[in-house]
Amino acid sequence: MDWGQIFVISITAMVGSTTIIYALAALGLNIQFGYTGLLNFGQAGFAAIGAYSVAVVTATLGQSLWLSIFIGLIGAVIFGLILGIPTLRLRADYLAIVTIAAAEVIRQTVRSVSLNEYFGGSDGITGKYAREFYSFNPFDQAISWGPIQFNSAQASWITVVGWVLIGLIVLLTWLLVRSPWGRVVKSIREDENASRSLGKNVYFYKMQALILGGVVGSLAGIYWAIDAQSVQPDNYSSRFTFFAYTILILGGAARVFGPVVGSIIFWFILVFIGESLTQLVATGIIPDTILRSDQIGQVRFMLVGLALMLLIVYRPQGIFGDKRELALDDR
Amino acid sequence: MTAKTATSASDSVSARAVAALSGVKSEPGITKPDEILVAENINRHFGGLVAVDVDRLSVQRASITALIGPNGAGKTTFFNVLAGFDTPDAGTWRYENHELRNKAAYKIAQLGMVRTFQLTKVLAKMTVLENMRLGAQRQLGERILAAPFPFAWSGQEEQVTERALTLLRRFNLYEKKDDFAGTMSGGQRKLLEMARALMTDPTMIMLDEPMAGVNPALTQSLLGHIKELREEGLTVLFIEHDMDAVRDISDWVVVMAQGRIIAEGPPASVMRDKAVIDAYLGAHHDEELTKSGESLTQNKKAKST
Amino acid sequence: MIKRVRVALLALLIAPLLSLSPAVAQDAPSGPAITGTLESPGGEGLAGVSITVEGNGFSETVTSNEAGEWQVILPDTGAYQVTLDVSTLPEGISLTSEDRAVTSATVISRERPKRIGFPLVEGDAPAAVGGGGTIGGAGFWGQAAQLTVDGLAFGLVIALGAVGLSLVYGTTKLVNFAHGELLALGGLLAYFFSVLVGLPILVAIPVAVLASAFLGGYVQNLVVWKPLRKRGTGLTALLVVSIGLALFLQYLFLFLFGGRTRILPGFAGQAGINIGPIAVTPRDMIAAVGAVVLLALTFWWLGKTQSGKATRAVADNPALASASGINVEKVITTVWVIAAGLGGYAGIMFALSNGVSWQLGVQLLLLIFAGVILGGLGTATGALIGSLIVGVFIQLSVLFIPSELKYVGALVVLIIVLLVRPQGILGRKERVG
Repeated sequence: MDWGQIFVISITAMVGSTTIIYALAALGLNIQFGYTGLLNFGQAGFAAIGAYSVAVVTATLGQSLWLSIFIGLIGAVIFGLILGIPTLRLRADYLAIVTIAAAEVIRQTVRSVSLNEYFGGSDGITGKYAREFYSFNPFDQAISWGPIQFNSAQASWITVVGWVLIGLIVLLTWLLVRSPWGRVVKSIREDENASRSLGKNVYFYKMQALILGGVVGSLAGIYWAIDAQSVQPDNYSSRFTFFAYTILILGGAARVFGPVVGSIIFWFILVFIGESLTQLVATGIIPDTILRSDQIGQVRFMLVGLALMLLIVYRPQGIFGDKRELALDDR
Repeated sequence: MTAKTATSASDSVSARAVAALSGVKSEPGITKPDEILVAENINRHFGGLVAVDVDRLSVQRASITALIGPNGAGKTTFFNVLAGFDTPDAGTWRYENHELRNKAAYKIAQLGMVRTFQLTKVLAKMTVLENMRLGAQRQLGERILAAPFPFAWSGQEEQVTERALTLLRRFNLYEKKDDFAGTMSGGQRKLLEMARALMTDPTMIMLDEPMAGVNPALTQSLLGHIKELREEGLTVLFIEHDMDAVRDISDWVVVMAQGRIIAEGPPASVMRDKAVIDAYLGAHHDEELTKSGESLTQNKKAKST
Repeated sequence: MIKRVRVALLALLIAPLLSLSPAVAQDAPSGPAITGTLESPGGEGLAGVSITVEGNGFSETVTSNEAGEWQVILPDTGAYQVTLDVSTLPEGISLTSEDRAVTSATVISRERPKRIGFPLVEGDAPAAVGGGGTIGGAGFWGQAAQLTVDGLAFGLVIALGAVGLSLVYGTTKLVNFAHGELLALGGLLAYFFSVLVGLPILVAIPVAVLASAFLGGYVQNLVVWKPLRKRGTGLTALLVVSIGLALFLQYLFLFLFGGRTRILPGFAGQAGINIGPIAVTPRDMIAAVGAVVLLALTFWWLGKTQSGKATRAVADNPALASASGINVEKVITTVWVIAAGLGGYAGIMFALSNGVSWQLGVQLLLLIFAGVILGGLGTATGALIGSLIVGVFIQLSVLFIPSELKYVGALVVLIIVLLVRPQGILGRKERVG
């Protein structure tokens, strides 16, 4: 057992790409679910639109990366409109069902064999299509900071950009939620008929929140596609969305920093558990008959499910939250 | 909007409103001299049950009109229809020059016809002041593109806050301004909801049982506030069960039973109307109960406890 | 001419455990490759099966090793054709249909080998419910007739799930995202009792349904939902709980049963009975009759019995029902037991023709939602009719779109229906905003 190594890996994960991707996805959900009360279960779909726009426009169509990013963001706006128009007038659970279905439609479409030439089927698309981005890399070697050590100069660059992006979105969220706009969406979360009786166009505000959160979700996909220079359809299954929800609730819904804190803690714990179990199994401390090495991932996912259930029931305000500021409401 | 407290002024406004309605005959659906709201042939049923079947209702501008009737008479459903919170199966209604059928609730509120709810809808997880600010209309900062730039809307926000604080003082809620609305008593919530509705700067305010659940000490001040609204030129339409309150403040009373308007007129005469007493007490009541509204009131009070 | 429709079972059979984090490295061979594992339905590796990979001027034939694994290293990425030599399969093992012996593979990645699966069963190839079956008869209308029958059978599977979901929603207002796991539970329990315990399949099925009703209904309600109702947990929170539960159960099933798709033993001859242009296997017919009987019993219970009436009263107005002396908790328990029993049977019915994996619930959950919404959220009759429509629609759509996209088509229609008629086909119009 090498606890030192386990800690270094876990701490590095706290600032790594995965943490950034899920923090972005959860930041989007925070605007939708945390502040406005919209049950968007299709965040994976928004992310997939971002990721595939980047990969398809650059790798398949040979166009500029910047154009592909723009298309990804516009795509998220259109997707939000398509989902919002039929459902935002209906009860909240309809949005939940339609968004999860629409995300699945996207995933199954991009992984289908018949559209293989555009989306690459179940393998997705891999290639050096984000060169334009990495050509701006100011680092000529991997940077390190305390125990955190990045793999390469490229990883250092994308990570720094990721955290700057998170900083900007946190700032935007902070500005929005303390503005009169934020007041309106919070009133919708609590009682949309009250907002209506005061002359607020509830449908319109919900649409704005859905689209804004979706665009942030699509940034998560765009970031992932540029970071990995590879997209795979099954990364955008509903599990992606469920993880983002767990992160949001862990860090505290309707708290500006909630998604960021949540993602850092979530991935630290998940990587720590994974690494520890791997070593425990590898060194034979946990015998094969109880846990095989290929089952470690499964155990981690079971723990995530369990954590989501326990958090929403016992700590719906997040692990650092104050119960009185609890934003999630009983309907 | 400034608070006026002089009783003489109050009396004179009241007298004017009564005078304006003095020539109007007491019959259901009668046209008022200065109509602000007219509803015609409103019909709303749930399955086989007819909730509202109103041939005509006309509301006089700058008056206080009470809508009364026994439980299940369809008053709240009628209210919901008028305010756009429910869609009738048939009917048209007009407010000022605006046709309101197929108008969304928020648009009706923006036109200046604002409502409160029987079960108050204060936003419990916002402070009292934030509740108030929410009521203000045409806020630049409510637009998503302007919202991230505080310098664009902070000036307007100050004005809104100023107005909110003035109203809170008037409704004796100033001390509560930083408390969460969820911590307030039922009566205070009623007051807050009324004050918040006034933040929209309405021309007509519809109050659904403003006195329900309010302790007697607060009732008088609530009645005073409603009378003040009329002084400011607002039209008030309110649903109420408390007959003393109705008699005290209203200029005109409309009575609903089983979805229909069965009588209307000045409070004193309506409460002696045989059809009204029949509706409240059933057709074969004792003659002595009809002497005045007194026993009727007591009966209602007994019923509501 | 007998035409066979391609079956989109590939995803189901590979049951991939995909890497979660983009940073996780794959243990990959150098260069592009095609690989796979051949296993009997019981999970034993099949050795000595020969497989040929051809394309781009390249051709290589390999045989599978003791574990059933095979791999071909390719000169370059591109499109290849993979052929399994059926004659080299062991005795008693065959492909679900013979045209599945040849499959095409497009290799894009140099780092990750392309995995190819072949759908293997014991005995002769069965027809598949919901997976597209053998299409008998000639011409478009013959196919359409066959697909309609397949669709009704698939619709029954969805309906069994949807009626249960609807009953639970009606009485508790819970939108249960873990309902799919009730179906997976049924299928896995049937596998457990028939293959692992060794009960005859016709005994194992009712035992599995009862066990599903007890574990998935009674125990689930007692352990998870009843305490939450007592706490007064809000509906949004309950919905999120159901998602956590779905995630937990899926990976628990994966942990306990592994990632493979397991085939249930058959209980009747697989030769199709031909009725005009339609071919149906006796097994599918018996399974469908079982579903109809269960649904009929459910509707009889709901309409005619005292406890069924109490259930409808609770769905209408729980407070009023409680005030008039109905034991609401008892009604909810009954509803959970019935929903889990129906869901368990649905899972078994699906598993009989498509096999069962830990992902069975995920595959069917959205189609169940589609059925429920199409019929109007909260009405059992609506759920039944909506589900049958979804089933038939899915099967018929393969006449016009690739069969791998047929579920997508159903979900797109769901969104369109909501746009046009949000209350569903039978639902009452209700203003909610």
